[in-house]
Amino acid sequence: MLKTFPSGGIHPPENKLTSNIPIGYLPVPGNVVIPVSQHIGAPATVIVNKGDYVKTGQLIATGNGFVSSNTHSSVSGKVSKIDTIFDTTGYKQPAVFIDVEGDEWIGTIDRSSNIAREITLSPDEIKKRCFESGIVGLGGATFPSHVKLSVPEGKKCDILIINGVECEPFLTSDHRLMLEKGEEILIGISILMKALKVGRAKIGIENNKPDAIDHLTKLAAGFEGITIHPLKLKYPQGAEKQLIKALINREVPSGHLPLDVGAVVHNVGTAYAVYEAVQKNKPLFERVVTVTGKSLSKPCNYVVRIGTPIGRLIEAAGGMPGDTGKIVSGGPMMGKAVSNLDVPVVKGTSGIVVFSENESERKEPGPCIRCSKCIGVCPLNLQPFLLMKLAELGMFERAEKEKITDCMECGCCSYTCPANRPLLDYIRLGKATVIKLARQRNLK
Amino acid sequence: MSSIILITIISLSLIALISAVILYFVAQKFKIVEDPRIDEVQAILPAANCGGCGFAGCRNMAEAIVKATTLEGLYCPVGGAKVMNSAAKILGREAPVTDPRVAVLLCNGTPENRPRTSRYNGASDCRISNNLYIGESDCSYGCLGNGDCVRACAFDAIHMDPTTNLPVIIDDKCVYCGACVKACPRNIIELRKKAKKDKKIYVACSNCDKGGPARKACNAACIGCGKCFKVCEFGAITIEKNLAYIDAIKCTFCRKCVEECPTGAIRELNFPPRKPKVEVQNEAVN
Amino acid sequence: MSNLLNISPSPHAHGKETTQKLMHGVVVALMPALFTSIFYFGIGAVIVTAASVISCLVFEYLIQKFVFKKPVTITDGSALVTGLLLAFNLPSNIPVILVVIGSFVAIAVAKMTFGGLGNNPFNPALVGRVFMLISFPVQMTSWPVPAGFKTGYADAVTGATPLAIIKEGIKNGESVSQLMEKVPATIQMFLGHMGGSMGEVSAIALLLGLVYLLYKKIITWHIPVSIIGTIAIFTTILWLINPEKNADPMFHLMAGGVLLGSIFMATDYVTSPMNTKAMIIYGCCIGILTVIIRVWGAYPEGVSFAILIMNAFVPLMNTYIKPKRFGEEVKNG
Repeated sequence: MLKTFPSGGIHPPENKLTSNIPIGYLPVPGNVVIPVSQHIGAPATVIVNKGDYVKTGQLIATGNGFVSSNTHSSVSGKVSKIDTIFDTTGYKQPAVFIDVEGDEWIGTIDRSSNIAREITLSPDEIKKRCFESGIVGLGGATFPSHVKLSVPEGKKCDILIINGVECEPFLTSDHRLMLEKGEEILIGISILMKALKVGRAKIGIENNKPDAIDHLTKLAAGFEGITIHPLKLKYPQGAEKQLIKALINREVPSGHLPLDVGAVVHNVGTAYAVYEAVQKNKPLFERVVTVTGKSLSKPCNYVVRIGTPIGRLIEAAGGMPGDTGKIVSGGPMMGKAVSNLDVPVVKGTSGIVVFSENESERKEPGPCIRCSKCIGVCPLNLQPFLLMKLAELGMFERAEKEKITDCMECGCCSYTCPANRPLLDYIRLGKATVIKLARQRNLK
Repeated sequence: MSSIILITIISLSLIALISAVILYFVAQKFKIVEDPRIDEVQAILPAANCGGCGFAGCRNMAEAIVKATTLEGLYCPVGGAKVMNSAAKILGREAPVTDPRVAVLLCNGTPENRPRTSRYNGASDCRISNNLYIGESDCSYGCLGNGDCVRACAFDAIHMDPTTNLPVIIDDKCVYCGACVKACPRNIIELRKKAKKDKKIYVACSNCDKGGPARKACNAACIGCGKCFKVCEFGAITIEKNLAYIDAIKCTFCRKCVEECPTGAIRELNFPPRKPKVEVQNEAVN
Repeated sequence: MSNLLNISPSPHAHGKETTQKLMHGVVVALMPALFTSIFYFGIGAVIVTAASVISCLVFEYLIQKFVFKKPVTITDGSALVTGLLLAFNLPSNIPVILVVIGSFVAIAVAKMTFGGLGNNPFNPALVGRVFMLISFPVQMTSWPVPAGFKTGYADAVTGATPLAIIKEGIKNGESVSQLMEKVPATIQMFLGHMGGSMGEVSAIALLLGLVYLLYKKIITWHIPVSIIGTIAIFTTILWLINPEKNADPMFHLMAGGVLLGSIFMATDYVTSPMNTKAMIIYGCCIGILTVIIRVWGAYPEGVSFAILIMNAFVPLMNTYIKPKRFGEEVKNG
């Protein structure tokens, strides 16, 4: 009996079209647009000016404060302007526009292909390096990694959990990374373990990736404290709290962080980025992106420079199909729909999924028949139908009492609703409003 | 036989006495002292419980009227000045004079003026699309067109125009309760002073971007050029954050600004047709 | 770009479930019971079912079209299910006009006055049935005896249901063991060879329906199992206390509408609780109420009343009985 989290969850069609396609390298585009802030937390400040020449890997925006992160240039070339662009948030955000000239990397990066196993840096140096290199959670949440590595006074971390679940349908970037960069990931995990001063790490992988499980299990024999755990297939197993419950059977209390139960969760992609930052001194300026969709002629996985317009990726995957109805940055369950092809790839972009007109059209919602399927699939055991109603009617105080803020927006309720009700749309609205109201209350 | 009757009478009397005592103490304990005027004021109010005054219902409004030291800011949109005056009489106060006003949409982003750049396909709720992204066009200030104001209106005074995808406000039905103003997540509905024959001149735009981007997003955007400001002889126009604003009280309806505006962002409504000499282009907007 | 991209909040995928599919699933699950009732009661069953289904659909259509003036949604299957369930609760020789009146009460009064699908507090089919039971008690309690497939309609031989036989008998001072000889044998009751309303007689057909509903995940096991379990336990206790005054549990489960009620009526989405804890409490209460009405009440059968009474408590249960949230109370280590 494979492990999984206890209640709720769904089984959307996997559609992992690209799991057998090796990671390719997307050529550097002619120009890139690098949003200044690509992380959760305080926005970064631009430190380059229009007309400046920047090298690949050069710092172009510095993080302000502890929960913030640096942003680096992903190409070499001239800064053509500093303006705003639509990014995946749906609003215009400040960004640095760079016209590419050649591909000159900054000198400190170790570009050799040999694997560096020896970890020479001390825990504090590792944290500093992670901050300097702009490492954020690459699973999609883009939470600055150095913050997660800093265990506050009075709290104890005894286990590192690595998320290799990739429970979103369609996406395969983590899967391919585990197959092709297994050793680097394991070294990255060792680095994270050293930084956190913990002796063991568990990698959770869903059993739809048997090749990755086998590969990493073989490699992990050479690493102390790292074990691989196959998990039963179920969405949203990649959610931090669900993964912790599935792997070590600890339940993170509502409103708390994983650290409160002694665990820290990192994504395999992050582990790889940490390896590159710490061992190769390479800042985070490129990542693996899955470009997929049933209508694409050549779905694939690519290493992509941050800031590449997603139109370039779709071109490389065989061009945009004529009946495209929706393009999603991220997975189909939690990703964000984008309105045009100029939206740049950012650190949190794990995939680009192209949907045809038919697949993307939402059906007309009907009345709630109280079938309670949404309650059954909610991994947090909330009552989505009720939360939706409360948000719709503006009863935010009651919604707060019903713990609307516990919702992690996994989308199981909307996915399963037979009446096509936009449950999560309203719950998200309610959650945002409740958080806003709470903040105002705290200010008073 | 008589003893049975006697026992019955005594026991029933005792029960009655005990119950009365209990009831008395309970009534004392849970007594609510209420101003009797609240009932009087409530009797005058229309009992529509529409919420137009900003309170949950007419009872709450009546409480607020009685408790308030001044009637400033309290207004029953359904009953109007008449009801407010009689409420003031009960309390022996003066009702403030409230000018009739009317809700006005500060956006003219029809599909022709404001090219669509995407199709919104989520839940039909402006609050949700506003949280999600910029909207169906490139204007981050304009109307989202999902009809929150229509749903908020308790008087059936707003409906969506399917061709422009903008809400249309019916002046005669509008009681300027302000529910739509509160409902709009982009704050583009304004309550303006009502003029004779419902004449209106206002800047139908809320875009605070600079001229270039604003114009790019919408042909009818106010680009903050200041031409109207210069032409206005009555100081009714101010420009703030690249956006002109016409003060409804100072405006004399001379319509010079309308002619001057390069983008047609200033709208005139309910005017008689202009003399043939002047171009009638703007009338088409009606 | 000529065609604009769709934008919507996540999730961008949707499951295959629809309201229509769920309702049609229930219809499919009702089919075995429909066929057995036609087998036992003949053309009468066909006429009553057709009258009930058609009038339910027509009333729903008329009300949506001319009273609500909103898009007509009779294709969603909910009126179809109501019509079938109402028919299943009627004797097969009831005059058609009464069926139409029952359908009107079910759809117009019990469902549409509350705003249509999803808003009715009481199960429409049961409201229709109980309305008819109280208004037309004679017609509603003269049950045709199964006599193979017959083409006659009004000339059916009527008899009492097993439950009524027991109830009357006990009132007249007869003992259960004597009465048991008057009622059909258990195996006959299991197959459905007894007097009763159309859909409730055949246990095997209803259980087939249950298996289908569970297999298709249209309902969960909680409500049917808790109702049946409670009735079994409660009647066993009574039977053990005094087997001469109380019928055995097997008889209670097979006779009357326990299976129809627990599988199809009590599990109606709209009028049943929404989380498993509340579902079990709801089921147990229905079971207890059913037995109380059957044993001590005026009516021989109590499932309909029990379900309707518990329907009234569903909003309260939904408010006060909540599933335990993830991370609500944490016991680690």
